[in-house]
Amino acid sequence: MKGITFLLIGIFFGITMTKSEALSWFRIYEMFRFESFHMYGIIGTAVIVGAITMTLLKIFKVKVAGGGLVSYTPLPLNIKRHLISGTIFGLGWALVGACPGPMFVLAGNGYFFILVVIAGAVFGTYTYGMVKDKLPH
Amino acid sequence: MLDDLIYPSWHWSISGLAIAFILFLLTMAGRSFGVSTTFKNICGLVGAGKKNEFFKFDYNEDSWRLFFIGGAIIGGFIAGVLFPNPFAVSLDSDTIFALEKLGIVYPTDDSLGHGFFPDEYFRWDSLKAWIIALAGGFLVGFGSRYADGCTSGHAITGLSHFQLPSLLTVIGFFIGGLLMTHFLLPYIL
Repeated sequence: MKGITFLLIGIFFGITMTKSEALSWFRIYEMFRFESFHMYGIIGTAVIVGAITMTLLKIFKVKVAGGGLVSYTPLPLNIKRHLISGTIFGLGWALVGACPGPMFVLAGNGYFFILVVIAGAVFGTYTYGMVKDKLPH
Repeated sequence: MLDDLIYPSWHWSISGLAIAFILFLLTMAGRSFGVSTTFKNICGLVGAGKKNEFFKFDYNEDSWRLFFIGGAIIGGFIAGVLFPNPFAVSLDSDTIFALEKLGIVYPTDDSLGHGFFPDEYFRWDSLKAWIIALAGGFLVGFGSRYADGCTSGHAITGLSHFQLPSLLTVIGFFIGGLLMTHFLLPYIL
């Protein structure tokens, strides 16, 4: 697959994050206060339609680019790890009001202070890579 | 008439469909929808792969993501700068009131007026803003890598594949998010 394909899908993603308002710091705050259905509607629709689509692709054995079938490599189940890592992420998500995708889209929207958040995220990722062997997985 | 289609924000159902379509497109392109790995790739590109195999940038496996993220930034520019919604996000009035108590005025504290980010509160000349941004970003980066995915990888892709680990991770996202929003933010902001 050529880079231009992913560039175009990325442009559509950036437009979607903006026009859906899912990139909004305020929408995330509102979501965690359960004061609007907006974000739940977005995520719920995406998951329901996504699940139906993925299931159909699997049932009809549709071939994807590269010739393979649709598959998902499951993570080994470790309840403690999923809950702890998820909680760490959630604390950050609500603090900076943006998850990784929207961070980059906010930069494109002209909110350049988000670059400081991205720098923090890169440093957090680096730190994980250096200590990961000491964490339960 | 055309303006009414290009500028306004989308209904949540259209937005959800668009995200499912992105999942479909990336799946058909043979890739897994997940944004947080970008941070790992940035580590690899600045040389962290030499010391630690984990960060190694594999051109065949990782380069597509840089095109995708480049596109996401351009898409943000198109939708937010070239064709911006003339109205700010219509937040719930209780949310606006709660924000005021934290010292954030809506929508005035968003200098661009969209209601996307309170950049008049998180200012370049505020040490507190820097600390919050770096610490929050750190938690997102560390947490998503430990979780092996973020909102796109787990909440969208993982759940669409009926993954129990993803469901547990998303429950974690909400435990952390609710703790921060209801108990910690009032002391931090």
